[in-house]
Amino acid sequence: MDFPKDLKYTKSHEWARVEGKSATCGITAFAAEQIGDVVQIELPEKGREYKLEDPIAVVESSKASEEIFAPLSGKVVAVNMDLEGAPEKINESPFGDGWMFKMEITNPSEMAGMLDAAAYARHVAESEEE
Amino acid sequence: MSDRNADGVVRHVSFDEPVVFERGAPGRRGVRIVPRGTKLADPARWFGEGMLRQEPPVLPEVSEAEAVRHFVRLSGWNFSIDQGFYPLGSCTMKYNPKVNEAAARLDGFAELHPMSPTQGIQGALELMWRLERALSDICGFDAFTLQPSAGAQGELTALMMIRAHHVAGGNPRSKVLVPDTAHGTNPASAALNGYRAVAVKSSEQGTLRAEDVAKVMDEEVAAVMITNPNTLGLFEREIRDVARVVHEKGGLVFGDGANLNALMGRVRPGEIGVDVMQLNLHKSFSTPHGGGGPGCGPVGCVARLAPYLPVPRVVRDDAGSFRLEDKMPATIGRVRSFYGNFGVMVRAYAYILAVGREGLKDVSGLAVLNANYLAALIDGLFFRPYDATCMHEFVLTDKNLKKDTGVQTMDVAKRLLDLGFHPPTVYFPLVVHGALMIEPTETETPDTIEAFAEALRRIVAEAGEDPAKLFDAPRSTRLGRLDDTLAARTPVLTWKPGGGR
Amino acid sequence: MYTPHTDEDIRRMLARIGAGSLDDLYGKAVPADVLTRAPFENVPAAHDVVSLLVHMRELAGKNVASCSKRCFTGGGAYRHLVHPAVDQMLTRSEFLTAYTPYQAEVSQGTLQAIFEFQTIVAGLMGTEVANASMYDGASSAAEGALMARRVTRRSRVLVSEALHPEYAQVIRTYMSGLAAPGVSELSVIPYRRAKGDTDPDALGDRLGADVAAVVVGYPNVFGVVEDIRALARAAHEAGAMLVTATAEPVALGILESPTALGADIATAEGQPLGLPVSFGGPGVGLFGCRMADARHMPGRLVGQTVDTAGKTGYVLTLAMREQHIRRERATSNICTNQGLCALAVTVHLSLLGPEGLREQAVLSAQRCHEAAERVGKVAGFELAFGAPFFNEVVVRSKKVPVVDLLDRLVDRGLMAGPALGRWYPDMADAFVLATTELTREADVDMLVRALGEVSR
Repeated sequence: MDFPKDLKYTKSHEWARVEGKSATCGITAFAAEQIGDVVQIELPEKGREYKLEDPIAVVESSKASEEIFAPLSGKVVAVNMDLEGAPEKINESPFGDGWMFKMEITNPSEMAGMLDAAAYARHVAESEEE
Repeated sequence: MSDRNADGVVRHVSFDEPVVFERGAPGRRGVRIVPRGTKLADPARWFGEGMLRQEPPVLPEVSEAEAVRHFVRLSGWNFSIDQGFYPLGSCTMKYNPKVNEAAARLDGFAELHPMSPTQGIQGALELMWRLERALSDICGFDAFTLQPSAGAQGELTALMMIRAHHVAGGNPRSKVLVPDTAHGTNPASAALNGYRAVAVKSSEQGTLRAEDVAKVMDEEVAAVMITNPNTLGLFEREIRDVARVVHEKGGLVFGDGANLNALMGRVRPGEIGVDVMQLNLHKSFSTPHGGGGPGCGPVGCVARLAPYLPVPRVVRDDAGSFRLEDKMPATIGRVRSFYGNFGVMVRAYAYILAVGREGLKDVSGLAVLNANYLAALIDGLFFRPYDATCMHEFVLTDKNLKKDTGVQTMDVAKRLLDLGFHPPTVYFPLVVHGALMIEPTETETPDTIEAFAEALRRIVAEAGEDPAKLFDAPRSTRLGRLDDTLAARTPVLTWKPGGGR
Repeated sequence: MYTPHTDEDIRRMLARIGAGSLDDLYGKAVPADVLTRAPFENVPAAHDVVSLLVHMRELAGKNVASCSKRCFTGGGAYRHLVHPAVDQMLTRSEFLTAYTPYQAEVSQGTLQAIFEFQTIVAGLMGTEVANASMYDGASSAAEGALMARRVTRRSRVLVSEALHPEYAQVIRTYMSGLAAPGVSELSVIPYRRAKGDTDPDALGDRLGADVAAVVVGYPNVFGVVEDIRALARAAHEAGAMLVTATAEPVALGILESPTALGADIATAEGQPLGLPVSFGGPGVGLFGCRMADARHMPGRLVGQTVDTAGKTGYVLTLAMREQHIRRERATSNICTNQGLCALAVTVHLSLLGPEGLREQAVLSAQRCHEAAERVGKVAGFELAFGAPFFNEVVVRSKKVPVVDLLDRLVDRGLMAGPALGRWYPDMADAFVLATTELTREADVDMLVRALGEVSR
């Protein structure tokens, strides 16, 4: 499984693309595969502020319902409304059209706690071992 | 075993049959109910402008024979315990005795109106009183309510009682401890009482450790929710110590009675530290599952929790007559109308009469025998993460099979259908990846268990030689695997004229 | 005894496992100190099948079955026709002894029948969607109130005083765990003493920005057909949802559907549609709402889909609302539906059809109006309310205490009730008369005669 090198990852399988103060976020291809065909999502409210690791969204398949946690602290400035009608984008393009929300981050130092692609790949390999 | 094709696959008889709305013809009738000579009034006499229905409801228009044929054809698409082995773990699919059905249909029960005067319901109250006493004795509790309609409602009731107990003590508390092997209903019931579920990891042996419970136990924990034997089919050996740890901090022990069948006549939950527990009469006490209900989820408890039981309670006066009492000041209230699923109680009581106090030990003993016999017959065939002597059920996984052949638990389950068996519970408990949870129950013969073991052996062989057979399964049923994702992404939940999505 | 094992079976199986005896095997699975020594004195001794049936008949014989009297009893359970074909379908092993339809390929019978049930219920209540059923009418109403709280994100629930009191009690119980101790998020809206319907002015006064739901009976516990349109309008103006609870769904054969009148969530008890009264259970809860709110809905749902070859089939769907997927974030902890009872409703209404249901509803109401008119003229009795009613009416007994009266009716081969004093202290002189299509003109004659004699 390939993980884009320009993204940061969490151990709970969220990703963030940080550009200046803006972070685009979603779930990883590994998470999408584990959940199965996504049939419904609950997206965060635009304008609301979340702290690191707050539950921020829910992704559901016919067999699982997973909470998604804020990978960084910040305010939600955009949500991907296309997903409401086409949740399958999360499976088809988790790092692209399947993005979930954009945040204006308030504490860039939290990025130090995130994983790079290589570390995340190791984390996934360990998860699969279990 | 004759009804199999050359490949040994069972043949299912089946007719195609549309939804009932697509049968019949406008104006066709099944039954007539208006007596000859009766003139029907115009309801506009009684009801004003806008109160009457503008459009008649969409209902089938079929003859009695068409209706009967329709539902009989539908029935042919079901698998049932009366047709074959149904080893669903934690569901206790034992045989449903037919005499129970006859008893429940006696006029004095089926035609008894719940709002009848007390003098006219003495037999029903006596039956409920006797059933409560028998269940109390079986479980080692002081009191029971039969009111909850299902196990999940019983669990909800028990948690309400737990909360009421803590409220009476001045603090409802905020958390309940739920082992990682628990049923999904446990955290859901906790949440409905405003409790946060805190997961407790089970040990490498698959059971709960008192020391792990002690680490998270504090004065904010209202209760620990324990299924015993747990969903891995293992007895929680430290149950007394767990109870002590919880009780020392003022907490209570809730027992999930889903697996009572393994304890019947041998272990009484009330004697080993459990304070309150729900039963499932449709599991341990043989009442039919009916394709998903009606069930009955009585709740038993120790004396100090009895004041919180739902009302009305069945009371026996000194003179030996029975009545319903609803003046219990500390009660949590009612959880449903009337007195519960009485028809289910009648069946369960008939079952207890047939088994009797002498037979209780055989129920649990032979359930445990059947499970361990099956486990022994297929030893080594699948990965078995916890291989201690099991109780009434045990858990296998697809770990090795998946690595060697790509075949997964769901494929095994679907192939079992082709071989004439209902699959075990799959993908539960969640702590085991790709779980197959097998509960044979005590009403199965060794021959059936041997045939099932043979089917599993064949499936594992096929996985090595011809895995496509498993990926395509089932092929003997009227329909192949169904598209869950399509159903959820574009829900079609009612029939519309013309049909279709 | 339902275990098949011979001594030889047991010996052979134990040998294979490597255990000496059943007790020895059991002793390996549990620690010795948990084994009970209880004598199980309160568990009856084992009965052979003949003694068992004798004992059950004796118990049943101590009850007064509603079919053995002329039955005018109502109060939330109604004795309607249960066609023999319904029960014969229910006793088919394939329906009766199947589990919840998790393995869809071998559960299509149950699944398609539930899909038909959902369609029938949605049609009857006028909702866009209906679930695969709840436990009973009361818990269905309670789940409706909780769902309205989730949809509106408000907390307070207003229940009409004229809602069946047991339904109101269940709503209170279900809500009790979700508020701080000593805090009640439930308020009661009084009924109008002269008419027996929910007081619109009192409702208007109590509605506010904290109110999630208004729950009313339709018809209510007095048999009165409430003005749902007006109540819904008032609720909606305050941003609340209107939840209707119908204990007698036969009424919907002629009365406008709750949704057409403005209800947001429609709930009902399905017992009158094909099930015997059975001392109050099992029945079946009906539950419907808008498609847009379906994700907040409790309970099982069956949806249509296709198999690998493109053939139409059915599966349990939208499961992510449910406890086994969402655990503590689930909409409800409900697992089962009342599968077999839902099947009974489906078979029953298939036999009746739209015209049969309409006739059943008209006849049920007609007998009640005939009875009411005549009973109202018997000295010592008067009708309590002036509002339109369906098949149930409240009668006040001015001379004879109600409990005595009801007992004396039984002696004369009649049953009526309940006495309303059990729920309403200010109605100690009132009782309910209910009729259905099974009530004959001769039964009404007998009732009128008996009331006249008893009060003389």
